[in-house]
Amino acid sequence: MKHVSIIVLAAYGALASFPMTAAAEAAADVSALRAEIAQLKAAYEERIQALERRLNQVQAQSATTVAPAARPVAAAANAFNPAISLILSGMTTSTKLDPRQDTSGAAGRERRIQGLMPSGGEFNPEARSWNLGESELAISANIDPHFRGTLLAALSPANEVSVEEANIQTLGLGAGLNIKAGRFLSGIGYANEQHPHAWDFSNASLPHQAFFGAQLGYDGMQIKWLAPTDMFLEFGLETGRARGFPSSDAARNKNGLMSGSAFARLGDDVGREHSWRLGASYFATQPGDRAYEDIDSSGTRVTNRFSGTSRTVGLDVVWKWKPHYGAQSFKFQSEWFRRKESGQLTYNGDNAVGAFAAAATGDLSSTQSGLYAQGVWGFAPAWRVGYRYDQLGRRATRIGLIDQGVLAANDLPLLEAFEPKRQTLMLDWSRSEFSRIRLQFAHDRTRPGAADRQIWLHYIMSLGAHGAHKF
Amino acid sequence: MKLSMLKYCLALLAASLWAASALALNVFATVPEWAALAQEIGGDRLKIVTATGALQDPHRIEAKPSLIARARNADLLLATGAELEVGWLPVILRESGNARIQPSALGYFEAVAYVKMLDVPGRLDRADGDVHASGNPHIHTDPRNYPKIAAALATRLAQLDAANAAQYRMAYAKFVERWQANLARWEKQAAPLRGQPVVVQHKSFSYLIDWLGLKEIAVLEPKPGVEASAAHLARVLEQTRAQKPRWVIRAAWENNRAADGFAAQSGAPVAVLPFTVGADDQVKDLTALFDETVARLSAAH
Repeated sequence: MKHVSIIVLAAYGALASFPMTAAAEAAADVSALRAEIAQLKAAYEERIQALERRLNQVQAQSATTVAPAARPVAAAANAFNPAISLILSGMTTSTKLDPRQDTSGAAGRERRIQGLMPSGGEFNPEARSWNLGESELAISANIDPHFRGTLLAALSPANEVSVEEANIQTLGLGAGLNIKAGRFLSGIGYANEQHPHAWDFSNASLPHQAFFGAQLGYDGMQIKWLAPTDMFLEFGLETGRARGFPSSDAARNKNGLMSGSAFARLGDDVGREHSWRLGASYFATQPGDRAYEDIDSSGTRVTNRFSGTSRTVGLDVVWKWKPHYGAQSFKFQSEWFRRKESGQLTYNGDNAVGAFAAAATGDLSSTQSGLYAQGVWGFAPAWRVGYRYDQLGRRATRIGLIDQGVLAANDLPLLEAFEPKRQTLMLDWSRSEFSRIRLQFAHDRTRPGAADRQIWLHYIMSLGAHGAHKF
Repeated sequence: MKLSMLKYCLALLAASLWAASALALNVFATVPEWAALAQEIGGDRLKIVTATGALQDPHRIEAKPSLIARARNADLLLATGAELEVGWLPVILRESGNARIQPSALGYFEAVAYVKMLDVPGRLDRADGDVHASGNPHIHTDPRNYPKIAAALATRLAQLDAANAAQYRMAYAKFVERWQANLARWEKQAAPLRGQPVVVQHKSFSYLIDWLGLKEIAVLEPKPGVEASAAHLARVLEQTRAQKPRWVIRAAWENNRAADGFAAQSGAPVAVLPFTVGADDQVKDLTALFDETVARLSAAH
């Protein structure tokens, strides 16, 4: 269309420049033609001006987008929703020994670590073959400029919901102070604060299982103070209702102090590639009527109870190497705990059954130690291999009821001395930061008799908000 | 006489103590480029610590104890933002117990707030890899971004340390003057690169490529943060064969496997760019960073 009008214009132009030799009518034609050309010219100028105006507009727009400005945030009603993340975990296991059955063969009694009062913490697969792990749902956000809130709920494979963490925490209180209140995982040791999805192995170490029923938690308060030094130096105090073993605070109802813990941590870097942290911790509680089940010499299931004091000290060390180049990394961690308990042991406190029809009470004092050490080597992008050795020391126990001849050692078989040991090997693969698939082998000697061989294939995946992990 | 001597000594001591306290504005920079920029503007009045080395992947740093200790004493935190530090900085901020550098405080500075972002994803789905919702965070590879960030930083430093406000403004003015001259020089030197096809390993250099008008024809990572597989490399090789890429670009801190493998098969040479200040001995400051970057890209092969 444009081309046609340009040709017409050119033709008119050619005609207009034609030498005029004709009469008056010809002169009239020429003036008519001139008028038409003027009209066309005017129309084109208008169009060109419009184009120029549009070009200027576009240029002005791009100039404003280049200028520094805060990007607008979507002001929808859900803009202030908290960060939500979900951990999905599941596994299939194969074990040589039945994870549900004790070596004594007593019906319904689960396998437990020999030599100490059971902590009640899970330490074996629930059952052979496929099991769902705990699904962890974490919700967190800043409440206002001064507080942050976190809720972490675990959905168990048995369709129960448990509140793992529900706490508030101060934000930038100043002077290196941090206060947390509510339900939280204790800062003692190193691995205690980590959630199972962050563990390098699919189950907790033997010392954690034996001393804290896998993890020590509180319904209480934690105060931490970071010293104003160039080296990392932190002190923490915790108090409140300790959750689970070795306390029995859940049933208590008294004013003031129940359980408490204290810890100190020191850490720094060695060069750019190495970093380390050392820690020392202490935990004290006063269990009252802390019950556990055993099978006495007559083969009867009895409930025994302990009341007294329980004090645990611990040391922990972590060393990490992450070189500048490549995907390699190495992490070494080790923890040691020693627990001293003294108080009264009541045999068969519940029923007048068993080898002795009546309940009996006597002194009990015991010292139990345990440690683990593990190394995890990232040897290629996405791949890691790890080895863990854990062991519980032979428990030094003085049981009044046995010393006085009231009971025989086989009336309290679970407390008979033993030295549980375990070795674990794992290989895991993480295609991205958010997914992990792990194969784990364990050679488990936590009970007398044959050693158990366990194989796990475990997936751990995280969805949603990108959570920042602790050291 | 003795008394006046004593007085003089005491006055000297007091003055030196005052000077020492006035000197110390502790700056915690998450990455070397902001430490270098703060150095240009604050000079000796700042005591700067840098969380990550030039050869460390800035996405994959951990909330190390040493970093928590350094953050506790900081007066100003210099971060990139746009989720670059999301895996570790929130923990550091919480654990530091330091009110001065919390995100709502004057001592918290995010560089991305002052520049135009590239690669802002149209949709957010982790199926697309480790995407950054607010765009590509590697803004420091475009030298045109520095004057804007420097202006904001100088203003912030002047607010935090009012006594030295004039010096910060002066240093900023000098920096920008020098920078504009350098910018003209770099652009002249790099003019022949305009329109040249390049392959990158990770989207680390989107801003540099935008500045120099290079043509990014392929990325070796199939998705951000996901290592390239042999099959993916073969696909990229096939796709780029006709276009003859001038360079395969990777940052000094990135693994050399994918880039070297691609280079060996395609015949396109690898350009290892310093990415940030301190990557090697030549790159001691921001000017050297771009001198070196432009020189390596302009090199004949």
